[in-house]
Amino acid sequence: MSWAAGSLAPRPAAAPVGAMLRAQTRAELTLSLRNGEQVLLTLIIPVGLLVVLTLVPFVSVVGRRVDFFVPGVLSLAIMSSAFTGQAIATGFERQYGVLKRLGATPLPRAVLLAAKTLSVLLVELLQLLLICAVGLALGWHPHGDATVVLLVVLGTFAFSGLGLLLGGTLRGLTTLAAANLVWFVLLLLGGVVFPLSEYGAFADVLRYLPTAALSDGLRQLLQHGQLIGRDLLSLAVWATGSLAVAAKVFRWE
Amino acid sequence: MTAAALEVVDLVKRYGDRTALDSLSFTAARGKVTALLGPNGAGKTTTVEIAEGFWPADAGIVRVLGLGPRDRSLRPRVGVMPQSGGGYPGLRAGELLALFASFHREPLDVPDLLERLGLTEHARTPFRRLSGGQQQRLSLAMAVVGRPELVFLDEPTAGLDPQARRATWDLIDALRRDGVSVLLTTHLMDEAEQLADAVVVIDHGRLVAAGTVAELTAGDGQIRFRGPVGLTLALEGATVSERPAGCYLVEGGSGPQLLAAVTAWCATEGVLVTDLRAGRSLEDVFLDLTGTEVRT
Repeated sequence: MSWAAGSLAPRPAAAPVGAMLRAQTRAELTLSLRNGEQVLLTLIIPVGLLVVLTLVPFVSVVGRRVDFFVPGVLSLAIMSSAFTGQAIATGFERQYGVLKRLGATPLPRAVLLAAKTLSVLLVELLQLLLICAVGLALGWHPHGDATVVLLVVLGTFAFSGLGLLLGGTLRGLTTLAAANLVWFVLLLLGGVVFPLSEYGAFADVLRYLPTAALSDGLRQLLQHGQLIGRDLLSLAVWATGSLAVAAKVFRWE
Repeated sequence: MTAAALEVVDLVKRYGDRTALDSLSFTAARGKVTALLGPNGAGKTTTVEIAEGFWPADAGIVRVLGLGPRDRSLRPRVGVMPQSGGGYPGLRAGELLALFASFHREPLDVPDLLERLGLTEHARTPFRRLSGGQQQRLSLAMAVVGRPELVFLDEPTAGLDPQARRATWDLIDALRRDGVSVLLTTHLMDEAEQLADAVVVIDHGRLVAAGTVAELTAGDGQIRFRGPVGLTLALEGATVSERPAGCYLVEGGSGPQLLAAVTAWCATEGVLVTDLRAGRSLEDVFLDLTGTEVRT
């Protein structure tokens, strides 16, 4: 099969930014939803935990069980996709030379990062819808207002910054191990499964962890309709700090 | 006058104590296929990766289509095929090529390109499940899909079977015909002989030779052949050496006469020699220039 004359003649031009953003976001989203471990981490474990923790009373909480656990599990879900999922994906993309190769295409770095963020937000939307639906089915009565979105977005930035920091500096397998370990520790210490009051005096320190700030912030808002300034500030500091450090130390390969 | 496809002047790159590129200079012309040849570790990939904008140079000048290698406006104009990797393991071959096509305004037709490189059957196979040769062909497709003016191909046929190699050569020929500049690295001599308009040989990060294949292999007054071990040719005005055993090199005088003298001696002595060649092959030139010591 021969090449017709002129069929390879140069016609170099970058696609419009919007088209690149759409294509890259679709690719990122496809990768997240196709990866079995990622779906387990972002959807199955949070929803499973919500059902089990609500129905089986092995952790005692103040107030209605489902009202306590929905906000915690939302926080866990955001950590799973923005931090753990993103760190692991980025670590392997660097190791496999994907990010390096993308750097030789017309796709700007900023568009690549925007696509990653958009894809995380879309996965989160799916997670939030699913978790809220399961929560409502279990009898959840949410309060609060649109400031929930602010908490979710700040939390996403904080966890994205931390995820990119990890995935942007360590090798794929090291990132995988570290991101899962951190996920598990924050699951236990971040006010998702156990109320922070269980940890006694340590609670005053633990509440500044991003997971705790997000789960507490969501809980106060959704359970009592109160917005806690300390949680908001804590998330804002994590977000700016982690994104600034990640931007400094991130390695594309 | 339009700038060269690639111009490298006194390029230096160091990794710690090791000098990977040591004042390397050469030019790759527009619209031509230029082969960068050299033993393992000679600095081929380092050179190409600096030209692709991946690494800064420590000293010297690199101009790609007249611009600095990191100039963003080069990205749509230059196609890059790295030596390995560069694909999302979880994306299918067709999705990956379509993604790279979507970065360009007037890309080649994705299904057609897959078909021509024998990848249609594997369009739905994830990148990580493709064989090495299939990944290699897809990677080539990803480098040309945006209709670039210049393509960098780092060992494009390494590990390919003869059919796939032929398809790759056909594509490179067609690129040249349509006015695309190609810079490829290889250590396959027949590939360079077959494809390249110009050859640049580097070793230890330095230029050792540059020119067309014909210029490099011109060697009047040299005859090489294989024959029984231990022949003693006595030819007037010529020196004969046997190295390694059974491989003879006859040097001296002018080509046609020397050839006649060698074959006449063979006829008289009743010796049948094989692989008789006047002049040098590119491989001979390469080994002369870079030595026979195995590189690590």
